[in-house]
Amino acid sequence: MATTIHGHGPAETVPPAETADVELYHPHSWITRYVFSQDAKVIAIQYSLTAMAIGFVALFLSWLMRLQLAFPGALEFIDADAYYQYITMHGMIMVVYLLTALFLGGFGNYLIPLMLGARDMAFPYANMLSYWIYLLAVLVLVASFFTSDGPTGAGWTLYPPQAILPNTPGQDLGIVLMLVSLALFIIGFTMGGLNYVVTVLQGRARGMTLMRMPLTIWGIFTATVMALLAFPALFVGAVMMLFDRLLGTSFFMPAIVQMGEQLSYGGGSPILFQHLFWFFGHPEVYIVALPAFGIVSDLIATHARKNIFGYRMMVWAIVIIGALSFIVWAHHMYVSGMNPYFGFFFATTTLIIAVPTAIKVYNWVLTLWRGDIHFTPPMLFAIGFIVTFLNGGLTGMFLGNVVVDVPLSDTMFVVAHFHMVMGVAPILVIFGAIYHWYPKITGRMFNDLLAKLHFWVTFLGAYLIFFPMHYLGLLGIPRRYYEMGETAFVPASTVTLNEFITITALVVGAAQFLFLFNMFWSLRHGRPAGGNPWRATTLEWQTPQTPPAHGNWGRELPVVYRWAYDYSVPGAAEDFIPQNQPPSPTERREAAT
Amino acid sequence: MARAAMAPTQTALPRQARWRGMIADWSSDQRAFKGVSWGKAMMWVFLLSDTFVFGCFLLSYMTARMSTVEPWPNPSEVFALTIGGAEIPLILIAIMTFVLITSSGTMAMAVNFAYRRDRRRTAILMLVTALLGAGFVGMQAFEWTKLIEEGVRPWGNPWGAPQFGATFFMITGFHGTHVTIGVIFLLIIARKVWRGDFDRGAKGFFTSRSGRYEIVEITGLYWHFVDLVWVFIFAFFYLW
Repeated sequence: MATTIHGHGPAETVPPAETADVELYHPHSWITRYVFSQDAKVIAIQYSLTAMAIGFVALFLSWLMRLQLAFPGALEFIDADAYYQYITMHGMIMVVYLLTALFLGGFGNYLIPLMLGARDMAFPYANMLSYWIYLLAVLVLVASFFTSDGPTGAGWTLYPPQAILPNTPGQDLGIVLMLVSLALFIIGFTMGGLNYVVTVLQGRARGMTLMRMPLTIWGIFTATVMALLAFPALFVGAVMMLFDRLLGTSFFMPAIVQMGEQLSYGGGSPILFQHLFWFFGHPEVYIVALPAFGIVSDLIATHARKNIFGYRMMVWAIVIIGALSFIVWAHHMYVSGMNPYFGFFFATTTLIIAVPTAIKVYNWVLTLWRGDIHFTPPMLFAIGFIVTFLNGGLTGMFLGNVVVDVPLSDTMFVVAHFHMVMGVAPILVIFGAIYHWYPKITGRMFNDLLAKLHFWVTFLGAYLIFFPMHYLGLLGIPRRYYEMGETAFVPASTVTLNEFITITALVVGAAQFLFLFNMFWSLRHGRPAGGNPWRATTLEWQTPQTPPAHGNWGRELPVVYRWAYDYSVPGAAEDFIPQNQPPSPTERREAAT
Repeated sequence: MARAAMAPTQTALPRQARWRGMIADWSSDQRAFKGVSWGKAMMWVFLLSDTFVFGCFLLSYMTARMSTVEPWPNPSEVFALTIGGAEIPLILIAIMTFVLITSSGTMAMAVNFAYRRDRRRTAILMLVTALLGAGFVGMQAFEWTKLIEEGVRPWGNPWGAPQFGATFFMITGFHGTHVTIGVIFLLIIARKVWRGDFDRGAKGFFTSRSGRYEIVEITGLYWHFVDLVWVFIFAFFYLW
């Protein structure tokens, strides 16, 4: 029976090793080291670069959409079909192929072994496969741009019957490639996800109890468990829709007359697809948000030189949000036709989520309170996240109520809401996290001035883009319309507002190339960062080499004596105490009493 | 505080302390599940995820069956075989279920012999399990052929709701794929057991890690799961 450590404070006794050190796969050639690599750090970088590359495609699509909305007809190649294709691909790429892949495949792979004091993931080979299947999924998705009728234009929710009916853009091949790509993504993700879960549960260092894990790991871990349970619904939905499209089954297809012609479908339920989709789709919001919550907690504690306020509450809030997110999915379906009692149920559960989420926001603010705040780029992005997330969360309270949602649904208000809460907010965290860990990944500092410029343009720009959209939504401007034309209830001022939004969007999009330039330029020209430039406590900053070598640690695995948030401890020599530093005589005396 | 908690106690702890002790054990360092290897933990997590896949398939099937306005074909008649002039309902499915559940028994015996390092018996029992599994898939192929000959297609059938054929082919097909993968996996592991790879510590071809006899048990977990899923398919699709 193992000895247990109670609480997360410093403890002198660290139990003996239960798990033998692992056999590592040692690469013998350049190809097995950098291409077909089984090292989680290399896989993380592969995931991140692929995700960002496809993310820039999505950014480009959003430019085209904005140009069409502000200056309808100015670009001749954008017709209604093309517009729907851009919307669909932009949404799907951002949610699945960028955010999910970057947070779990990118940060998960890089940080889990390093922060937990492991040499690598539990199953490096499956981990490698996970990346290559993800890449295949991305390529299949991209291939749909090059088919004769282009990618699918069904909207990112892919609602049937629209998605597979003739005359929907991409009905021929686009939708098939989209569904195959999603199925591949899920298979690839499952391989990676099993790794993340098992490594967190079974592969930690000596002394690393669950309640000493950095909140980043808690966020990524909970999100991965959720993804493993939520993606199956999308997988099943994708398989069934593929059958509807290719074999002529009618899972989701009711009897339909199109252009005066009776189609061969009949007896299926489109609502069934919506249930399957949102049983995946709502947890997906938190699959993206929870890693962001975790990372932000660590950024704030490190750059405000203060322990995170209410660590235990933060952990429970993450777990409770994760659990609740599985019973709120039908709030996306208030206008689909649903028994009002169900609407009542789902509105209640939705609003309950505000409680743990609010706890988190208060705790971040209380961590900042009287902290020694350093306005480094990671900190700026973290604060930007809190504000943006709070904003998006509050509009979520509007949309979560059935009576308020009904007039607002399918307007630009919804677009503004979800871009604030699960678009801009997690992406701000991604930038903050990349700036925070860049010195560890590359061994060099980025350019501070460029990074700050990038922050201010992105942060202020995001507000200038999405704040006016709330107003457009309240005026009744519908979403997904490729042009408004002459519409009686739409005042002329909205045209000006749309032009303003578009110009801002172009500027903000261009600012992302500052980030890209900074990343590549600093790779060679940044000043050497040293092992622990932020003077942080967590294990990844205590590696013997920077960037960490194969196997992460030297001959001995680290031993953990304390939690991840010993910043500005009274009486300590430095304002941070690494997790692997044994307790001082004072701490020992205190522990004994 | 830590010392007090570690001291052995003879008297029963109050309820709160017991809960705390359980949580402390579970969240203690290195491993949440003591004595559980990475491979076994991975298989359990995977099976949990796979449960959700089958759960979604079955729920979708039930939704389709309950919401269709056309009559649902009677499984007792559709899946009956005429043997010796008498029509016996569900006879093939009964045999298939019997075969699959028997294979769970041989699998469990294989696990037992694997931990005793009885290579010959382990390999033979795994082969028997694989044979029974292959027999199951074969009977399923026969059943599919028969239904297709009678005019059942994914998009329609002669007796009623077209969703009957759609869900039937999808769910049994997905389950049959699982069984087939299991059979292949069993054969690979049986070969390794037979050659004595786990006694020599031979490295795996892909993973370059040496395996252990525990892999037989992990394979077994998967196999029992596939059997358990079949019980639900049997109950919800054939008996309903």
